[in-house]
Amino acid sequence: MTHPSEEQLVGYKLGEAHDRGAIEEHLGDCSECRASFARLERVLAAMDSMPVPEREEDYGRRIWQQIAPRLPQRSPWWGFGMDLQRWGAVAAAAALVIAAFFLGRQHAVRLPTNDQSVQQVRERILLVAVGDHLDRSEMMLVELTNAEPGPADKKLVNISTEQKRAEDLLDENRLYRQTALQQGDSALASVLDELERVLLDIAHSPEEITPGQLEKIRQRMEAHGILFKVRVAGSEVRRRERSATPVPAQDNSTTQKGKHT
Amino acid sequence: MIRMIESTQGSDAAAVERTLAGDPDAYRVLVERHSRNLFRLAYRMTGNEQDAEEIVQDAFLRAYRKLGQFESRANFGTWVYRIAVNCALDRRRKRSAEERHRASPAEDDADAPRAIEQRASASPAPDRLALSAELGKQIVSALEALSPAERAAFVMRHWEGCAIEEIAQALHLRNNATKNTVFRAVQKLRRALEPLLAKEPVTPGTRRAMPAAQGTES
Repeated sequence: MTHPSEEQLVGYKLGEAHDRGAIEEHLGDCSECRASFARLERVLAAMDSMPVPEREEDYGRRIWQQIAPRLPQRSPWWGFGMDLQRWGAVAAAAALVIAAFFLGRQHAVRLPTNDQSVQQVRERILLVAVGDHLDRSEMMLVELTNAEPGPADKKLVNISTEQKRAEDLLDENRLYRQTALQQGDSALASVLDELERVLLDIAHSPEEITPGQLEKIRQRMEAHGILFKVRVAGSEVRRRERSATPVPAQDNSTTQKGKHT
Repeated sequence: MIRMIESTQGSDAAAVERTLAGDPDAYRVLVERHSRNLFRLAYRMTGNEQDAEEIVQDAFLRAYRKLGQFESRANFGTWVYRIAVNCALDRRRKRSAEERHRASPAEDDADAPRAIEQRASASPAPDRLALSAELGKQIVSALEALSPAERAAFVMRHWEGCAIEEIAQALHLRNNATKNTVFRAVQKLRRALEPLLAKEPVTPGTRRAMPAAQGTES
């Protein structure tokens, strides 16, 4: 073959040359073309010395926070994509939140002197629901952590059950997180926010994953200590729930002592 | 990068489905998963952090608006890359037009090699600077002197390991035209950098990190 053109050498380097074999053979024989090809390689290698600023691990989270308010409104999150069972779970959670809200309002109107106790009743309804939600989340996470691969020939882990539960929990979680935020309970909202990310991760995984993928999910859960945080939050919610248990209206002095938040 | 995109395709598809079903938080998964790679691409396309950040945001916003028209849902990663490339091209074209408007002499593709030489000769003499620092400047200059399409094609081929067909789709070009665009970019870079490289031995550490993505063995 005659000396390959510059274009042919570039094509060869980029894996786009048709006559690859002939060029390779020529390069083996011709020192002039070999030197030219070496210079081309040096240029491309030098390009890699161009530094690219690294972005922090949670860069994606920051981008999400910046764009989320600018996203155009799609159909509401309780749209038609949600099945009846999940509708039921979310509706139940929403009903608890609404019931707690109206209970507080009505009692506040009728019993202005007893608002401390009414507040406790309202808080207790929410705490029972959130406590139950955290328990169920913990159970699902524990089961996922202990999930085993299927038959040896399959070598895949079916997490469809956990996935379905994660989807259900996700909808409730969102509601409780928003409520916690509205009530100024930033500690609980923060745990629910982290839980939501894990639930999203699980809900959006394939139904069958490799042991390696499962291990990665576990590692992410461990890295964030989510199971521990959910347990701590759950026990804190239970403690507050007990503190918020209403006592007879006339005994205001004792309720003051018992109330934690 | 391409391998990473492939490994996340299944869960990307699920997240796209949920987003289309009206769950905005499902989109958060996609944003969090692809932002860092998108930033790298955008930075290499622009050489500017602020621009790259804005391109990442624009790309995700555009992708969200067009999600309903996106048919191959498993390939969200590839798709949003393509959108980011177009955002970067739009930005560069707009900027180039503004610059042309301000300074009368146009710098079209035919003038680009001359432009590179002019930029190189305007730089401080190599013996007054460390060669590696000079090389860094020359690389930036050489990339800036490429046309938007050449730069996009080179970035996608060299750093992102994209196939010619993929680049062609992103740039709305035919395959042959895309090949020529990549070749032209390499030739221009070569002319701009070779004189300097002749003075500085390339250390093994500066070799490409992803040789397999190029499909070539040296």
